Amino acid sequence: MSASTASSITPVERQEMSVDIAGVGFGPAMGGFLTTLSRRLLNEDGAPRFESTVAPGMPLQVICYERADGLGFGVSGAVTRARGIRASFPGIDLSQIPMAVPVKREKLVYLLDPIGASRRSVVFRVTDRLLRMFGRIVGLQDHAIELPFIPKFMCKDDGMIFSLGQFNQWISEQVTSSGVVQLWPGMPVSEPLIGNNAVCGVRLIDQGVNPDGSPTEGFVPGMDVRAALTVVADGPVGAIGRKIDAHFGLPHGHAQREWALGMKMVVELREDSRLEPGTVLHTIGFPEPEIFGFLYVHPERLASLGIFIPSWYCSPVRTAYRYLQHFMLHPYLWRYLQGGTLKSWGAKSLQESGLRGEPFLAGNGYARIGEGSGSTNVLANSGVDEAWSTGVQLAEAIVELLENKKPFTRENLEQSYVRRRRESWVDKESKAASDARNGFQYGVIAGLIGTVLTGFTGGAVSFGPRSRRTVKSLQSFFASRIPVAEVRKLVEECTKSGRALHDRLMDRCGWPQIPFDGKLLITHQDALLMGGSVQAPSGYANHAIFSRPELCRKCETKLCVEMCSGQAITRSEEDVPAFDREKCVYCGACLWNCEHENVEFRAGAGGLHSALN
Amino acid sequence: MNTYHIVVCAGIVPDPLQTLEPVTTPAGPALKNEMMLPAVLDPWSAHALYEASNLAAHFSGSKVWLVSAAPKAKLQQVMMNIAQKASFELVPVDAPANGFADAHSVARTLSETIESIAALDRSSLLIFGGWESASRGAGVTMQLVGEHLAIRDQFHGVDRLTVQPDGSFEVLERIEGGRHLVSVCQGPPAVLGWATGNLPEPKNNPQVGMSNMRTIMPALQKAKAGCLPQNVRYVSVNPPKQQRLTRVIKDRSPDDIAAELADWIAEN
Repeated sequence: MSASTASSITPVERQEMSVDIAGVGFGPAMGGFLTTLSRRLLNEDGAPRFESTVAPGMPLQVICYERADGLGFGVSGAVTRARGIRASFPGIDLSQIPMAVPVKREKLVYLLDPIGASRRSVVFRVTDRLLRMFGRIVGLQDHAIELPFIPKFMCKDDGMIFSLGQFNQWISEQVTSSGVVQLWPGMPVSEPLIGNNAVCGVRLIDQGVNPDGSPTEGFVPGMDVRAALTVVADGPVGAIGRKIDAHFGLPHGHAQREWALGMKMVVELREDSRLEPGTVLHTIGFPEPEIFGFLYVHPERLASLGIFIPSWYCSPVRTAYRYLQHFMLHPYLWRYLQGGTLKSWGAKSLQESGLRGEPFLAGNGYARIGEGSGSTNVLANSGVDEAWSTGVQLAEAIVELLENKKPFTRENLEQSYVRRRRESWVDKESKAASDARNGFQYGVIAGLIGTVLTGFTGGAVSFGPRSRRTVKSLQSFFASRIPVAEVRKLVEECTKSGRALHDRLMDRCGWPQIPFDGKLLITHQDALLMGGSVQAPSGYANHAIFSRPELCRKCETKLCVEMCSGQAITRSEEDVPAFDREKCVYCGACLWNCEHENVEFRAGAGGLHSALN
Repeated sequence: MNTYHIVVCAGIVPDPLQTLEPVTTPAGPALKNEMMLPAVLDPWSAHALYEASNLAAHFSGSKVWLVSAAPKAKLQQVMMNIAQKASFELVPVDAPANGFADAHSVARTLSETIESIAALDRSSLLIFGGWESASRGAGVTMQLVGEHLAIRDQFHGVDRLTVQPDGSFEVLERIEGGRHLVSVCQGPPAVLGWATGNLPEPKNNPQVGMSNMRTIMPALQKAKAGCLPQNVRYVSVNPPKQQRLTRVIKDRSPDDIAAELADWIAEN
């Protein structure tokens, strides 16, 4: 039986509140929106420029709810060209933001496999052999080659390195100090209020409920917040965006199929570190050819580093944490990282469908901005600045509608917001990038070739679309390495012991044990404890629900377990995964890794909190 | 019916779950990158606020003020977390981040700020605060605030306050051995340094938040500058250390594990 919320068991009386504009989710997109809007809500003499329609005589009532307990808990070490962000802050040195620094040196590095455990195709194996053979000539050092140039379309050498947590915190200070908008962290929004083909506000999450959603003594039904405009910026796995998509559908031909899980750490480098602040490294080739990595150096000996596990990597146990550790231990990176200390850790899902996954950007009473609106440029691997810019465009459009006293209808929003977006660099570059990732459905080499072709031709040449690569079965994926009977035995053992299968399989495939040092190389559970704080306040329901247990029982791979960034989802002997809310970092990987689409990922409180990410 | 004017003195502290690292600065000892760390209302003070809010809700006409000396930007962040939980009027003092502020300077600033609240009626005044602090309490600040304000009835380590029909109130104070001292106070003014109290953290109420924020932001914009500890020399500081020693151990008896834990605690 699937779990039910309190409100679905019996109808409850809910309090109501009305505002003019309700925002959902505080990230770069909402930052851009509120920064721009808040500057336009007052006249030069400080008097309100627009009167509220819900509270006559009062200024426009603008409110934004964020699920996490703070506004500085974004999970990303971002390198961005910051074109849109800079335009919003002319004359302001953005490096005053903590952990921010201009990019000074950018390199693309090919990492060879120093262990021999990586699954490399013939092309990669031959390439590695040739590179090792001619190592001195080509500059092979520490099992890596620094490529002599970076394609222009990837280049961010005029950009900034940010800690997104610190950036969001800084932006929230600017926005709230204006006094004209209200930001409320720690307040998850459970669903949009939809009626008459329009979004007319949002419903906040029920409080005082058991993990299964049933009411406790202190039950407080989530309030209905009615709004003339709902601004949806809750990211790729946000409950509101997905429910709006479920109700209104996606535009014809659009689908959100391409994802990646990004997992990162913030490391304090050792005192004699030679890495200069502003250094950016992009890596390919290791720990698996399908896994890309990064390292960005902040001021004060801090570095963000991490990997991306894409949805087109067809491993049935594509995990992230252990791969991240092997990535750090690669000799090319370890020479910098050895002696460092973990300061922060985190993970998040990335929506990588770009323009192909774009939802309806506006409808009656609502508008979509940011990553969840398909703004990420999948060629340049850039999302923060694009998200910010979509927020700015919406704010400019809203001011235009307010000035002309026009309602927030689909037609008006399309003529103001969507038109601005279509005419902007964000959309033009996204269009050129829209087919850049198609090649990866044929394999990693084809993917790299497709990306380069798309990049150098401005989108004129690319691979054609192909149906999504499916995850292979355990037996098929490991056929060349582990006998079928042994794979089955390992699955049985892990189900009984609750241990992660990927660890056992990686051991068996020759990946060495991690030499834990208690500072940087630590267990997955220690990363949750030392890399921030994972909070699960009481009185809220579980947010990861396995809707149809019979589907879980039939599923052998249980990728939701292997991909869970916090080990919050584990195998159980009942064959339906167990969910522990106290370990969930709210990355949302379970949502898109379930091939049966059997995971319901609802709005939830808590998650991983670290302001350094 | 009694009415109370309750002033809650509440500091903010870096989220206790973050790693705190002491550093020496020209202005004295401090916590590394304190302005970058997420801040929370000091948990001891938060209990005091919830108790104040609960008391005010039961006695019509009562009002709660929250007096806090902290960097304005951090205070603004903290307000976003707590303003949905309880109704209050913020009286901020824009003071620098300093993990090791001198209790005398802080108490002087707080008491002067309380005296500057024009609407306060001393005959119904209750000063609430945390008995301790999550990260750097000297344990004397509330007592000093009371002395500055010449309030003689002081209770510290309070777990319960019960208003009697005659207007007096019964106070339970923690004493040694896990026991409580029961006192009866005739009435305000009084200082109460709260321990944990008995109330759970209130649920978020968006309407309370919106209403509070209408006064909080203007108050923050007008916050007066606060004090720096002066003429204080710090010999040494010792913030709580985060230590982790993870090992995988199999087949050990609970007694052995307990003994090792006890030894480890004794060593540290």
